[in-house]
Amino acid sequence: MSGEPVLDIRGLSVDYGLGDAAVHAVRDVSLTLHRGEVLGLAGESGSGKSTLAYGMLRLLPPPGVVRSGQVFYHPGDDEPVELMSLSAKRLRRFRWAEVAIVFQGAMNSLNPVHTVATQLTDVIAAHEPRTTPAARRARAVELLTLVGINADRLGSFPHQLSGGMRQRVMIAMALALEPRVVVMDEPTTALDVVMQRQILAKLVELRERIGFSVLFITHDLSLLVEFSDRIAIMYGGRIVEDAPAGQLYRDSLHPYSDGLLHSFPALRGPRRELTGIPGSPPDLRAMPSGCAFHPRCPKAFDPCAERTPTLLAPDGREDQNRTVACWLHTADRAMT
Amino acid sequence: MSYLLRRIGFYAFTAWAAITINFFLPRAIPGDPVQSLIARAQGQLSTDAIQSLYILFGLDDEQSLVSQYFEYWGQLLSGDLGLSFTFFPSPVSDVIADSLPWTLALVGFTTVISFLLGTALGVVAGWWRGTWADLLMPVTTFLSSIPYFWLGLIAITLFADQGGAFPSSGGYDPGVVPGWDLDFIGSAIHHSLLPAITILITSMSGWVLSMRNMMLTVAAEDYITVAHAKGLSQRRVMVSYAARNALLPNVSAFALSLGLIVGGTLLVEIVFSYPGIGFQLFSAVGAKDYPLIQGIFLIITLSVLVANLVADLVYLLLDPRTRKEG
Ligand SMILES: Nc1ncnc2c1ncn2[C@@H]1O[C@H](COP(=O)(O)OP(=O)(O)O)[C@@H](O)[C@H]1O
Ligand SMILES: [Mg+2]
Repeated sequence: MSGEPVLDIRGLSVDYGLGDAAVHAVRDVSLTLHRGEVLGLAGESGSGKSTLAYGMLRLLPPPGVVRSGQVFYHPGDDEPVELMSLSAKRLRRFRWAEVAIVFQGAMNSLNPVHTVATQLTDVIAAHEPRTTPAARRARAVELLTLVGINADRLGSFPHQLSGGMRQRVMIAMALALEPRVVVMDEPTTALDVVMQRQILAKLVELRERIGFSVLFITHDLSLLVEFSDRIAIMYGGRIVEDAPAGQLYRDSLHPYSDGLLHSFPALRGPRRELTGIPGSPPDLRAMPSGCAFHPRCPKAFDPCAERTPTLLAPDGREDQNRTVACWLHTADRAMT
Repeated sequence: MSYLLRRIGFYAFTAWAAITINFFLPRAIPGDPVQSLIARAQGQLSTDAIQSLYILFGLDDEQSLVSQYFEYWGQLLSGDLGLSFTFFPSPVSDVIADSLPWTLALVGFTTVISFLLGTALGVVAGWWRGTWADLLMPVTTFLSSIPYFWLGLIAITLFADQGGAFPSSGGYDPGVVPGWDLDFIGSAIHHSLLPAITILITSMSGWVLSMRNMMLTVAAEDYITVAHAKGLSQRRVMVSYAARNALLPNVSAFALSLGLIVGGTLLVEIVFSYPGIGFQLFSAVGAKDYPLIQGIFLIITLSVLVANLVADLVYLLLDPRTRKEG
């Protein structure tokens, strides 16, 4: 499934605030989303997942700023575009048409004073100004049907819809311009488990039918194990492990990934003991030296407190298409 | 809809209570308005004339309070507010009809302009926060803290007194005859400019500040980020997403302020001796002209109630969330 890259994040760092007061919420993150892939991004709340998603699309609310890094989008046939250096006008044309996003606060993602129809069609009008209103409306009906909502909901206002429906409207909206990439930031956290599964199943089905890539962000790793092809684990603003979903589930290398896997009940497969992770996420203003996870790590040893491990292929598994940032697995090369 | 019916019921009740209080209040006031009129006439009134005055003013002792009350309602419903003392024998309704247009024209117009301008500035100041638009804020805060009375007097001193460019009192030149001709309208506009500008200066900043605050609140909403992510134009996001939502509280505040046009202009009209209803009320209080005071109070109360109703309607119209409730 993993072919050429569609979205290539290189060394992205995001701060909140400037100068000494700045909080480094995302630190030198590199991550690649491939064509047709569902890439899961997991990590405890506050690890910087949303900041990464907002940052790469230049949607950070103030005081957020991208400090360094590049994000390449590969349109397939054309030259790749670098998002950080795109002009305002080109960025506006790029947004939604190429990468759409379903936000964490999807419950409040709809404007309360406009109907569903207005909000589905205005994005089409903005990007395809030559379409007629009737054609846009027809497309809106099509989109709603796609996510299993009756067309008579077109005239509804957001408050007249249930949480699950609003969520599906947002997914329909994300697909309106047939983007190559859909980013989903905890799209289902506000919903009950049954609804979560329904929506995710729908999403996977749509992806197979339409063919887009998904960056799926959640703090619930067990969801990802089920639905994604690859999983990246984030801790304290860094990616600490990046591996195919099956491998990560069966054979996680980073002690933090291991801890995360034991924090949620698995819905399929053998039951695991739920142990959780002792301690609490790091304070971004006062990050531990060395590996940010070392104060909570059951396997911490000498180098961990002193030097920050880099994300590398683990020792002896160079052929496995995975990386990890942990002294336990990258000691040989990082030492030299 | 039942929400609206309940509101209408509530306003009807309030109107009834206000009218009833308006009936009882002068009857509870110690002293006798007719006596003061007689005193002013300096013994030139016959006993018959005095008795008919009592009847005219609805202060006839020979009638029971209840029948007076019903008679009062009957008069009200036929638009009869009694006779003014000061303009005797002009009916109160005529006096009000003479002064109300002045107030409506001056204050009504400036209230609308102030709202439109202030809101537009607030939208801009809120949307472009963190840029040059922030310079607007200290100025507006300063202007909003100026007491109106003081500003009015300063304006008169600077621009009207001692051969200044503007008249300091009245609604039009004594020389022109009121009528729909250029002379009169020009003179009326000339007289209204100074009061209008002072009202604008003090009232507009309120709209700017509240609209800017709402814009800042709304800017943090998820749907604004979504609108940006959708690649909509800045203009579309600012107007159709941010301002459209930020406007809701301001619009109902505006509807309420329409109700205060009639009542809230006392200060302006006193400072500029403007022949509107506020100035009329001021003089009526000085002259103990009870029927006129009563009549003006009634108009003020009713206009506030109507404005409240309008505010409810507007909110219902603008905010879909209120439509289905209740
Ligand atoms: N507006 C902000 N100002 C300052 N710090 C922020 C802001 N938004 C988020 N942060 C910080 O950035 C870190 C990452 O936040 P976020 O990206 O929302 O994490 P996640 O999505 O993984 O839960 C958090 O520690 C949070 O405190
Ligand atoms: Mg988040």
